[in-house]
Amino acid sequence: MKQGIPRLLCLVAGIVMIVQFFIPHPISEKIFSESLRWVRIISAFALVLGVRSITVHHGTRIIRKSSGWGYSLVALVAMVVTAVIGLFGGVDPHATALLPTSIGGFSFHLQVLYANLMVPLGATMFSILAFYMASAAYRSFRARNKEATVLLVAAFIVMIGMVPIGSAIWPKLPDIAQWLLNVPSMAAKRGILFGIALGSVATSLKIILGIERGWLGGGK
Amino acid sequence: MSFLLAVCFIFGIGPPEAVKACDRPNDAGKCILLSWKLSPDDAGLKSYDIVRTDAFGKDTVVGSVPSGIGSFTDESVRDNVRYTYRVVARQDSLRAESVASGIAVSRAQWFNKARVNVLVALVIFSFLVFYFIRHARAGRKLFIRRIAGLDAVEEAVGRATEMGRPILYVPGLAGISQISTIAALNILSEVAKKTAKYGTDLLVPNRDPIVYTVALEMVKEAYTEVGRPDMFKKENVFFVSDNQFAYAAAVDGMMVREKPATNFFMGMFWAESLILAETGAATGAVQIAGTDSVHQLPFFITACDHTLIGEELYAASAYLSRDPLLLGSLKGQDWGKVVILAVLVAGSILLVLSGIKGLSFLHVIYSFFNIS
Repeated sequence: MKQGIPRLLCLVAGIVMIVQFFIPHPISEKIFSESLRWVRIISAFALVLGVRSITVHHGTRIIRKSSGWGYSLVALVAMVVTAVIGLFGGVDPHATALLPTSIGGFSFHLQVLYANLMVPLGATMFSILAFYMASAAYRSFRARNKEATVLLVAAFIVMIGMVPIGSAIWPKLPDIAQWLLNVPSMAAKRGILFGIALGSVATSLKIILGIERGWLGGGK
Repeated sequence: MSFLLAVCFIFGIGPPEAVKACDRPNDAGKCILLSWKLSPDDAGLKSYDIVRTDAFGKDTVVGSVPSGIGSFTDESVRDNVRYTYRVVARQDSLRAESVASGIAVSRAQWFNKARVNVLVALVIFSFLVFYFIRHARAGRKLFIRRIAGLDAVEEAVGRATEMGRPILYVPGLAGISQISTIAALNILSEVAKKTAKYGTDLLVPNRDPIVYTVALEMVKEAYTEVGRPDMFKKENVFFVSDNQFAYAAAVDGMMVREKPATNFFMGMFWAESLILAETGAATGAVQIAGTDSVHQLPFFITACDHTLIGEELYAASAYLSRDPLLLGSLKGQDWGKVVILAVLVAGSILLVLSGIKGLSFLHVIYSFFNIS
C-alpha cells in the first residue's frame, strides 16, 4: 500500500505525459500547463520542509558545539532576519510594511540585502572559478602522455584561435580552431548525447513501469 | 528603382497570384498559413496587405508584410470558421488585389504527425528494453562491460571507513524532475547501503527541498534494508540553500572542515562543478563524479579520480545493485545505440544517393528521420 499508490500515480502520470507529447490539441496543452502548476505548488510546500531541515541541522551543530558551529549560528540568524524583513518589512522602500526598514538614510529592506549581500557573495564564489580553472588546466595540460599532449595542443590552438592575436599570427588559425570545435569536439559531444538520450528514456520507462523503485525510498 | 516606380505608375502594378490558405498542420488550432506568388512588380512594391473574409463576408486586414515575402501566418483566426484570403500589393496609392484563396478552416489536431518518427523510435527502443528485461528474468547471463568509476565505489567507501572520515554525497543541483537527479538518488541508495554496512558517516547536502525529502527517505530505507537502522543519522541528510553559489560555498566549507575521505558528485551540475571538484581535490579526497551535462564533464574529468560519462550515470544503479531486471534494461540501451548507429549510416547513404539524378525520391525516406 505504501508503495502501491505512488507507483500507480507514477504509472498514470508517466503515460499521460508521454501521450500528451504526441497530441497538440488545446486539451493536451492544458493538461501539461496544469501539471506544471501542480509541480510549483508542491515545491512551495517542500520549501517548508527545507526550512525545517536547515533549522534542525544548524541547531544541532550549535547545541553540540561541532567544529565551525559559529557559521551555523550566522546562517540561522541570517535566515531569521531575512525572513522577518521579507515578511514584515517589505521588499523595497516604496512598499507599505509593518516594520520600518530604514534608519535615517540607511535602508535595509529585502532588495538592499539581496543587492548588497547575496549578489556580491555569489559573484565572489563565481570569480573563484577563474583560479580553479587555472589550477585544473595546469594539471590536465601537463604533457605526461600522448593523450595529454594531444589535449594540450588542441586546447592551445582553440584558445589562441579564439582571440584576435591568433589571426594576426596566422590567418588560418581561427578556422582550424573552429574546425576542432565543430568536428572532433562536436562528434564526441553528440556521441555522449545519444547515450544520454537513450539512458533517459530507459530510466523513465523503468520508473514509470515500477522496475526502478529507488525513488520510493529504496524498498523492493 | 525609380525606373520601376515610373513603370508601375504608368502601367499600374501586377497583383500577387496563386494565393493559397491552409490550416497549419500538427498544431493546437487558431492558425492559418498563407502563401502566394509574388507580384511581377515586386521590386517596386512597398508591401503586401493580407485581407481576410469571414463566413459573413466581412473583410478584415489581418496583417502586412514587406515586398519580397510570399508568406504569412494568421494567428488571429477562430477554429472551425471558414475564411478566404486576398493579398493586396501596395505602392503608395497604387493597389493590386489578388483573386481570393480557397476556403481555409483552422482546426486543432489530435495527433502530431511530425512526431511519428519519435513514436516509432520510442516503440522500437521500448521493445528492446522489455525484450532484454524478459531475457534477464529468464535467468540468462548478460555481459555488461566494466565501468571503472563504479568499481571504485566499494574501494572509496572502504577507504573512508579505514580513515574514520565521512563520505560526502552531492546529488546534483537540479530538481527531482531531472532524470539525472533520479539517477543520482538511485546511486545514493546503493552507496548508503555500503556506508551502513561499514558504519561510515554519509553526508548528503541538498539544494532542492523535494530532492532533500526523497534523499532522506532513500538513505533511511537503505540503512534499514541492510539491518542497521540504528546507524542512520537524520541530521546528515539536509537541505542547504536553493541558491547555486551559496550551496557551493556551504559544501566547500564542509569539505574543508570535515575533510571527507570520499566525495561523490552525481547528477546535474552547472558552473559550480569545478568549484566543488577542485576544493575536494585540494583536501585529498578520492572523488567520483557522474553527470550528463556535457559542458561540465571536462571539469570533472580533470579534477576527479573517476568520472561517469553521460549514460554511465544512468547505468550506475543497475551496475551496483546487479539486479537482473535493471541489467536487462542496460542491455536494451546498448542495442538502442546499435539501432541509432544503423540509422546514422543509412541516413548518410540516403542523403548522398538522393543527390544523384533520378534518386531524389530517397530524400523522402531521409526526411522521415528529421525530428520536428
